[in-house]
Amino acid sequence: MNIIHVEGENKGKIMIYALSTCIWCRKTKQLLKDKKVAFDYCDVDLEEGADKEAAQKDIKKWNPSISFPTLVINNKEAVLGYQPEEIKEKLGL
Amino acid sequence: MIDVKKALNLEVDRVYAKIKKDADVGGYHLNPDVQFAKDLVLGLLINEKRYGYWACPCRLASGIKNEDVDMICPCDYRDADLIEHEACYCALYVSSKIGAGKEAAEAIPDRRPPKEAREEAKKKNKRVRRLPSLPVWHCKVCGYLCAREQPPEICPICKAGKERFEVFA
Ligand code: SF4
Repeated sequence: MNIIHVEGENKGKIMIYALSTCIWCRKTKQLLKDKKVAFDYCDVDLEEGADKEAAQKDIKKWNPSISFPTLVINNKEAVLGYQPEEIKEKLGL
Repeated sequence: MIDVKKALNLEVDRVYAKIKKDADVGGYHLNPDVQFAKDLVLGLLINEKRYGYWACPCRLASGIKNEDVDMICPCDYRDADLIEHEACYCALYVSSKIGAGKEAAEAIPDRRPPKEAREEAKKKNKRVRRLPSLPVWHCKVCGYLCAREQPPEICPICKAGKERFEVFA
């Protein structure tokens, strides 16, 4: 799986499962970039074969309907969709 | 030398103009944030190149057209989302209220059922020929008929408002 790291302040382990074409995913990534928060992301639509399957399996744990973006915080909780207020609250921004 | 980026931008502009015109004619509205809408058009063009069809930019395509027909833009879920949430899932299409810039579109939950549920529904559909599951709406102005949960906001044929529709017995 191609996981891309974006540098910034450490606010915990943040992983965004995204799609490269999805507008709400772009907004979610941009929100964290604007707030200068470090995060990882994976554009699942750019994955292929086993990696694409594996990514979907990971997402399913947090979000049975496998929608995007799925933002996982510290492997403990997830925010589904572009929810700027919820994201800011959960990350203490 | 061909400027690839410029050519792509021109193509986005061309497709944007076309769907905008179709939307206007059909009583639909594109997101008034033109850059937002054009970013989604770019997503559609990328998906066309990748998969051969206009897979919804905000949903994960399988790459198999038969499995994705329900999410080829405009998807099966657009009209219901316009009524319930004032925008489609990607917010490329919006209600007249948002189209007029009175409110901004927000992210909404995905109405598309998960894969297992879609496959189950397909199987069921094959087994039994069901009676019409949706009411048929009748535009009292021009006679246009459509089967859906609610009448369209505006009649796509004559542009009469939703209040001019009645359930066709
Ligand atoms: S959600 Fe909107 S942009 Fe996406 S396929 Fe449906 S109508 Fe098209």
